[in-house]
Amino acid sequence: MASVQFRDIRKSFGAQDVIRGVTFDIRDGEFVILVGPSGCGKSTLLRMLAGLEDMTDGDILIGDRVVNDIAPKERDIAMVFQSYALYPHMTVEENMGFALKLEGRPKSAIAEKVRAAADILALGPLIDRLPKALSGGQRQRVAMGRAIVRDPQVFLFDEPLSNLDAKLRVQMRAEIKDLHQRLGTTMVYVTHDQVEAMTMADRIVVMRAGAVEQIGKPLELYDFPANTFVAAFIGSPSMNLLAGSVQDGAFVTASGARLPLPAGASARAVTYGIRPEHMVLSDTGIAAKVVVVEPTGADTHVLLRVGSDDVTLLARDRVDLAPGQTVHLAPDLRRLHLFGADERRIERA
Amino acid sequence: MTSTPQVRKPRSGRPAAKGRVAQELAMIAPALILMSLFLILPFLLSFWTSMTNQPLVPRPTPVRFLGFGNYIRILSDDLFWTAMWNVTRFSFWILPVQCGLAFLTALLLHQKLPLQNLLRGLFFLPAITSMVVVCVIWGTLFQYPTGPFNQVLGWVSGGRLGPIDWLGDPEWAMFSLVMLSAWQAYGFQMVIYLAGLQGIPEELYDASRIDGASRWRRFWHVTMPGLRPTHVFVLLITTIQAFKLYTQVAILTQGGPSNSTETVVHYMVRSGFEEQKLGLASAVSVILFLIVLVIALTQRQLLRRFDV
Repeated sequence: MASVQFRDIRKSFGAQDVIRGVTFDIRDGEFVILVGPSGCGKSTLLRMLAGLEDMTDGDILIGDRVVNDIAPKERDIAMVFQSYALYPHMTVEENMGFALKLEGRPKSAIAEKVRAAADILALGPLIDRLPKALSGGQRQRVAMGRAIVRDPQVFLFDEPLSNLDAKLRVQMRAEIKDLHQRLGTTMVYVTHDQVEAMTMADRIVVMRAGAVEQIGKPLELYDFPANTFVAAFIGSPSMNLLAGSVQDGAFVTASGARLPLPAGASARAVTYGIRPEHMVLSDTGIAAKVVVVEPTGADTHVLLRVGSDDVTLLARDRVDLAPGQTVHLAPDLRRLHLFGADERRIERA
Repeated sequence: MTSTPQVRKPRSGRPAAKGRVAQELAMIAPALILMSLFLILPFLLSFWTSMTNQPLVPRPTPVRFLGFGNYIRILSDDLFWTAMWNVTRFSFWILPVQCGLAFLTALLLHQKLPLQNLLRGLFFLPAITSMVVVCVIWGTLFQYPTGPFNQVLGWVSGGRLGPIDWLGDPEWAMFSLVMLSAWQAYGFQMVIYLAGLQGIPEELYDASRIDGASRWRRFWHVTMPGLRPTHVFVLLITTIQAFKLYTQVAILTQGGPSNSTETVVHYMVRSGFEEQKLGLASAVSVILFLIVLVIALTQRQLLRRFDV
């Protein structure tokens, strides 16, 4: 096990900066997830940590060792890829043992290691199969087995669940989390799926356009997003963000809707943020017109229009609403988020 | 308002299945008719002709049915077996030279090189040049005793190696055809190899680098297995092409010297057009068809084994 440190990492392709000075630490044994939209640089950062991608500037440390110029195989890491990257002509056993074979370990030692990893992942009966004879979930497990066998200091995961169907993804999510709890190895995981990040991570690093927007525990990011980007990215359905200004103790949107504010709210707020689950239907409050009702079974998503803004409401109960109907919304003012003109969160006084 | 199209349930049961078969037949009819007209029918006709003594130019005497007479005549003709031996020899030489050249060039051009596309175009150029043009150019290069190849040979060896009669010496003629043919055609195989190389996922290379594989090991454990189906395909189309060797022979050597470059197709053309024995030539074409069929079936079997 080892810690990982990124120190002012930069990368550019010509004039294009893809990573713009990223600095953060990952503690020994921690499960950290890099999350962000496509092209935010999260995969590039992971590939730099793996040694598969060069960086323009900065230092990466694994443990106490600067690994900038060290080959991938010397970094004591293992990586699980989105497409699994199993060698198609090798059996499960050969796939898992390949790295050890290259190290020149004796056959018996390799077999023992592979068997131990196969037991952890319940791959025992599949050991003689070729990857083509496995399902997506099994392939993903073999890819993890290949990583476990190497007994690395750091596990890297590059969108490992993106190729799986929704049900399997939920199952594998739990398996990976369980694996981390059992092995206790440092894990760095890249995904664009914020639900994966929220459910699995010890800490989440939210990235946008090659820079870190916020680092924190999942619920910290949910409760205290540092800016409008994180506010919109974390949470599903995403936070309602309405533009406007503070006038006479209320927040007035561009289309003139008046939204309530708690006492002492900052006058410099220009964005009003309220999560769909932090509003309820009431007799009085913000007037809104129902546009679409989406029942999911457990709860109901209601898309509404407040003035000219779209607002989503997450009702925990089943609601009897029809499109075109006018309702009233009461936001929970204790859970209101206000953001300034610089997009940053305005802390309560 | 647009109306929702009616979605029909998939039909099942006998009467419906009958209608569907008719529909399917109608769908494949154009291909079936064209293939029958231009492929199957001519083959059947030539099979029929091969059983007769049909001449090229009709004569007043009636055409006689010979059964397998033509086949027996061909199979007992030494020249046919010389031709068979020659194309086999040609295949054995051209496979490593042409496919090897194509593979190496593809590996080279798969690297990130400056002017990559221009280079790929340049290397492909011979493949789009007419074989006739290539033969005329190489014919000049091969000239005895003062052609460019002989001059270079003399210069490189300091005059110790005498001029070689590339196309006129039975020892050298087939070798010369191999060199020329490989040069002309390797571009095509190169493109197939390039496609094969591009089809190998980059993540496999990444994974093998993390696993600690050296460049050589990556080539051996990722590139080569990834190209297995491509290798099989390239080797077999090259063999089939080699068995159909004709143009180079017709232009440069006419099967000579001393029949050392006689090929099956050249033998067939000679029987049909010079000796005017259409029945005999048809029998050769049927034999060639069977040889190519065996090669194609072998290819299918091998591909199936590699599960592609």
